[in-house]
Amino acid sequence: MTTAVARARRRRWARTARWSGWLWVLPALTMYAVFVLRPLALTFQYSLYHWNGIGVARWAGVSNYVTVFTDRDLLKIIGNAFILIVFFSLIPVGVGLLVATLVRRITSGLFGTVVRTVLFLPQVIPLVAAGIAWSWLLSSTGLVNQVLRGLGLGGLTRAWLGEFDTALPSVGVIGAWVLIGLCTILLVTGMSKIEPSLYESARLDGAGPFREFLAVTLPSLRQEIGVCLTVTVIAALASFDIVYIATGGGPGLQTTVPGLEIYRLAFAQRQVGLASALGVVLMVLVLVCVLPIQRLTREDKA
Amino acid sequence: MPGYRARRRVTLAAPLVALAVVAACGAPGAEDSPSGQSSAAVSTQLGSEPITLEMYAETGFPLAKALADEFSKQHPTVKFNVREDQFTVIVENAPRVMASDNAPDIIRLPTMVDLVKDGLLKNLDPYFTAYGWDKFPASQLVQLRVAEGGRPRGNGSLYAMGLGYSVTGVFYNKQLAQKAGMTQPPATVAEFEDLLAKAKAANVQPIMQFNKNTAGINFPHQALQNQFGDPAQIADWIFQKPGATFDTPAALEATQTIQKWAQAGYFPKDANAIDYTAMMGQFQKGGGLFMFNGDWESANLDKSMPGNVGFFLFPGEAAGAKHVAMSAPNTFGVSAKAKHPDAAAFFLNWVHTNDKAREITVKVGGSSPGGPSDLGVPPAADGTVLAETLEASQQLGADNGAVDFTANATGAIFASAITPEMQKLVAGQQTPEGYVKAVQTEYEKELSQ
Repeated sequence: MTTAVARARRRRWARTARWSGWLWVLPALTMYAVFVLRPLALTFQYSLYHWNGIGVARWAGVSNYVTVFTDRDLLKIIGNAFILIVFFSLIPVGVGLLVATLVRRITSGLFGTVVRTVLFLPQVIPLVAAGIAWSWLLSSTGLVNQVLRGLGLGGLTRAWLGEFDTALPSVGVIGAWVLIGLCTILLVTGMSKIEPSLYESARLDGAGPFREFLAVTLPSLRQEIGVCLTVTVIAALASFDIVYIATGGGPGLQTTVPGLEIYRLAFAQRQVGLASALGVVLMVLVLVCVLPIQRLTREDKA
Repeated sequence: MPGYRARRRVTLAAPLVALAVVAACGAPGAEDSPSGQSSAAVSTQLGSEPITLEMYAETGFPLAKALADEFSKQHPTVKFNVREDQFTVIVENAPRVMASDNAPDIIRLPTMVDLVKDGLLKNLDPYFTAYGWDKFPASQLVQLRVAEGGRPRGNGSLYAMGLGYSVTGVFYNKQLAQKAGMTQPPATVAEFEDLLAKAKAANVQPIMQFNKNTAGINFPHQALQNQFGDPAQIADWIFQKPGATFDTPAALEATQTIQKWAQAGYFPKDANAIDYTAMMGQFQKGGGLFMFNGDWESANLDKSMPGNVGFFLFPGEAAGAKHVAMSAPNTFGVSAKAKHPDAAAFFLNWVHTNDKAREITVKVGGSSPGGPSDLGVPPAADGTVLAETLEASQQLGADNGAVDFTANATGAIFASAITPEMQKLVAGQQTPEGYVKAVQTEYEKELSQ
């Protein structure tokens, strides 16, 4: 008798709990629907039209997508984003691993705090400010060229952000500077979780620092590296602010990235349909790049 | 596990369903485009009721605010609510702001063609008649006329007026001019090129010009193009007349000259990394002998390098040739949805005809106030560059040599063709033939949309 009542009550409670659960997430869900799903759906809708944002739209079918994949300039712009992955992802993760391994032993104490703060500082500075500061550093009379001249390397000086060969790598360096801190901090934190006994036994087995890194550190950091790569690849493909401030996409189309082009197409050229199509393609590209990373770094857990 | 899978599939499907649903809905955009044609009778009276005019103006262009303040002083019933943005921001915002329910009464306009096409601009023809603006020189307002449907520009109904009419040419640093052996402004293109070579030989940077973000070297380019052929051809192209092309011998010759100057080091080596602000800073510091720019900087330059700066209109190929130069109104229009169009038009008329307003346009704006030809231009102080640009403006008017900017031909030609291609050209990554063709291709692409 009592057990039956209790069971019934529990069942009722379970049912209410299920509904009240939805109730709790409702505010967040509404926000998500209004500010993420709806714009996403609208972007997709716009991408099927020729529209200037004000007048009457004309049905375009997939012709905007055809343009994205056939226009030589747009393909170059998408290519630029992939070149930036080298600077925004590979270099920060590589350097981050190196630095993290070096500072692993000094994570505690005042010195450790100082090191982490300095490394993380670029994350705190607004990207626009960083872009402006770097464009001063890299200008033809800027610090970088002054240092080169001081070292007697005057022949190497140039307008780093203004020349065709150096503009994109220079923008990449700014991005690397911003993201190295983030990667290092994530990796240092990950390392602090590794069992010290693992290192001990590796050393007992006669492993040197390099072997130790490959056999212990790297596998243990799989998830952190996954997070670093995901965040930085997205930052590379969806970059906008640094490029907009440092070069404005020039010279020529040398540093124009999809984010910048979407903005230009939509607001300056008023081709909302084409801009939306490029936006959708960019989203798909991000997913195509990021999903395999997620899968590779999560495999063990499943 | 299967439950997890299934749920994940649902999660993935939800946005896709939403996409499909929305995509199936109607086309975006306004169903009824408000007509810019106003057949209703207009009034040239302000009325006695207090009103507030919404004005949308450009940051760094203090003239609009100064005129608004003076107007409120003379007509206390009218207050202004001035919103300011960077010009590029206005270019991007104008259509949306003007389509909204609180459209500004008076707005600084980018290219007008699209706005007319979308019915966002008030047709000013009734005011033209009511105020007798036919007493203005016709050439003054020609750039502000747009044919029905938006194309071509240059004839048809009047859609805007100028808060000052700007003229462009060459500013020069007098100290550096002496150093380079320049005794008087050049009378021909050849003389100008001669001065460039002399400056270079005297270790003076011949031209200080920006080319980052937007192509400042388009100024000297068009200055040359204006001289090498019939300016009417350029005007036709800018006004989108059928059959007009950029692929002309004049444009090609101008592009070749720019290439030659770039190779000779007449532009700064890092021009592609110098933006407008940096150019102004450099020029004021003595970083170059010449700078191609407009009279909107006159007052500013008089302040920063008093007595050390001069101005001349770019010379023709032969001495004594008629002057041709880029000159454009600082365009202001009235929204089709404006709440007080009559008062806005009253203000525009007042700007052109009121003595005090004309004086403010010269002193603050640095440009000619326009208006009826029988009204004199308020004088500027002797020996200032402002006095020189005003004189140049009158000279240009007398020669009937005003041409609009090629950068204004279409809404996006500057950003999507002229700027990147010019950056390539001066860096040796584009040929003159390729440049001319690339600009024309983009132009055709945009007109076909």
